Amino acid sequence: MTALKFVNTSFGYTGRPVLHDLCLEVQNGEIMAVVGPNGVGKSTLIKAASGILPLTNGDIQLEGTSISSMSLQERARKVGVVPQALHLPGTFTALDVVLMGRTAYLSWFEHERQEDINRAREAMERTGTLEYVERYVGELSGGEQQRVLIARALAQDPDIMLLDEPTAHLDLHHQDRILKLVRKLAAEQGLAVLMALHDLNLVARFADRVALLSNAALHSVGEPREVLSADLLAEVYAVNIHVFPNPKNGYPIVTTAD
Amino acid sequence: MEQSSASNNNRSQGARWAPWVLLILVILTAILNIGTGSVTIPPGKAVQILIGRTGLLEIGKDWPGTWETILLDIRLPHTVLIAMTGMALAASGSAYQGLFRNPLADPYILGIASGAGLGAVLAMTVEWPYELRNMFFIPAAALLGAVLTVILVYSMARVGRSTPVSTLILAGVAVSSFMSAISSLIMILSKEELHRAVSWLFGGFSLGGWEPVIASLPYYLVGIPLLMSLGRPLNVLQFGDDQARQLGLNVERFKLVIVVTASMIAAAAVSFSGIIGFVGLVVPHVMRLLWGSDYRKLIPLATVGGAIFLLLTDTVARVVVSPSVLPVGVVTSVIGAPFFLYLLRKTRREIGYW
Repeated sequence: MTALKFVNTSFGYTGRPVLHDLCLEVQNGEIMAVVGPNGVGKSTLIKAASGILPLTNGDIQLEGTSISSMSLQERARKVGVVPQALHLPGTFTALDVVLMGRTAYLSWFEHERQEDINRAREAMERTGTLEYVERYVGELSGGEQQRVLIARALAQDPDIMLLDEPTAHLDLHHQDRILKLVRKLAAEQGLAVLMALHDLNLVARFADRVALLSNAALHSVGEPREVLSADLLAEVYAVNIHVFPNPKNGYPIVTTAD
Repeated sequence: MEQSSASNNNRSQGARWAPWVLLILVILTAILNIGTGSVTIPPGKAVQILIGRTGLLEIGKDWPGTWETILLDIRLPHTVLIAMTGMALAASGSAYQGLFRNPLADPYILGIASGAGLGAVLAMTVEWPYELRNMFFIPAAALLGAVLTVILVYSMARVGRSTPVSTLILAGVAVSSFMSAISSLIMILSKEELHRAVSWLFGGFSLGGWEPVIASLPYYLVGIPLLMSLGRPLNVLQFGDDQARQLGLNVERFKLVIVVTASMIAAAAVSFSGIIGFVGLVVPHVMRLLWGSDYRKLIPLATVGGAIFLLLTDTVARVVVSPSVLPVGVVTSVIGAPFFLYLLRKTRREIGYW
């Protein structure tokens, strides 16, 4: 089922179009990676999909409903966003942060109910962050903070999850752990995942499909084996590229070439 | 802000007894404040007079009859007004800090107090019917001045999508100076009001008796509990506007409610007690150091702390140059301004807050 659909979507900041005439669909249970050169608008695409960026043209649909006709609360109950774990206010405990995922289910004056606390703890259990419940997020490592933010998005009880460079600044162990977690969530809960990702080798391993952006437009979309081709990538990234299959598992490996 | 695990645990456990400690301190500082003045009434006697008045206990009167009059008609309303003003300024300060995600925000530094002051001075120069004037027109004009100022300062300080500390403070200082200058000009041009207005502007609590207490009470009764109950969404706002929206908070509407409420109580404080600086800065910061930055706890604790701080500084103001009295705003500024500079240096190092 189509969870997230871009219909001729155009958006940008004042006067400067970031993406033009984008058509893209993300299905339930599917991980769609968004790749492309720096500044091509990967993060902006994530923002637009969460509904906080005004569109200049076209539409974004969440399970068939136009995002512009939904309130912030309604959107937050459908779409969980995992931002980069930079500049997190460190003075909240991990549980406090995850409980903020329940904002869309509470009025301004309401305190979290037992049900909200249960949801939050459940999300922390799924993401392996339950052991940090009482810890201040400022004390956690980058990878731990990132998983707390995933738990916060899960606590929103969403159908769609958007992630902005979830592996940035993480070491190999934590990169692997985060993306395996995302894959597990997509498979078990049928989440539609749209994820901006820089590292093409991680894309090759973890994404079901790839959207390659170039020059303010969607260049190509398809399975990693199709999109991660030396010719396509060389054209978009303007550098010579080798792609060869990993002898152990057959996933494409991408490196630059002379 | 990286904190060691041990200090964090102490902080969260300490918050359980914090309200009781603060409550006891309020009572103690209030008794101290009530006894201080040109006629000194010992704390023990002050308590006896007050308890005797409630009629709950029979207490033999061994004090001069004038003490009772001084205490009940002059000192008690003054002490109550001081405590309420301190609460309002500290609650307003912590709410602005949450709103701007900046621990240096304060009604005084942001120029909001000066804006409220200008509004109040303008209202004073107009001949309103007397009964309505103190109760309604002056606070309303002060509120208008406060809200217009916060909008002006915020829009001047905004760089792109963020509000850096440096521009926020610069805009606050510039707007504040401008508003104060206009206030001075108006006061000089309308001579008969000059004397009263000057002492008022420096936080002299020149209105006496129960009238200002009763007149300001409605603003505080609405505003302070409202701010106290909005701690949870204020916490959400600490993650930035984008994340708060993505979590489902209607950021624009929420910010509007906070600005209007915090400005309303700051304007009421200015209308009835004059401009008293730095209370909204010093008190929330001390509470943060002791019990953390969670706005659900911070706003109530800072509110009570504000009463303690202003009761203490007002007592000092009445002792240091006895028998005459310093405006309390002078004392809070002497303490607050160096504290502000210290905070400015300190925050610059804590990248997380900028």
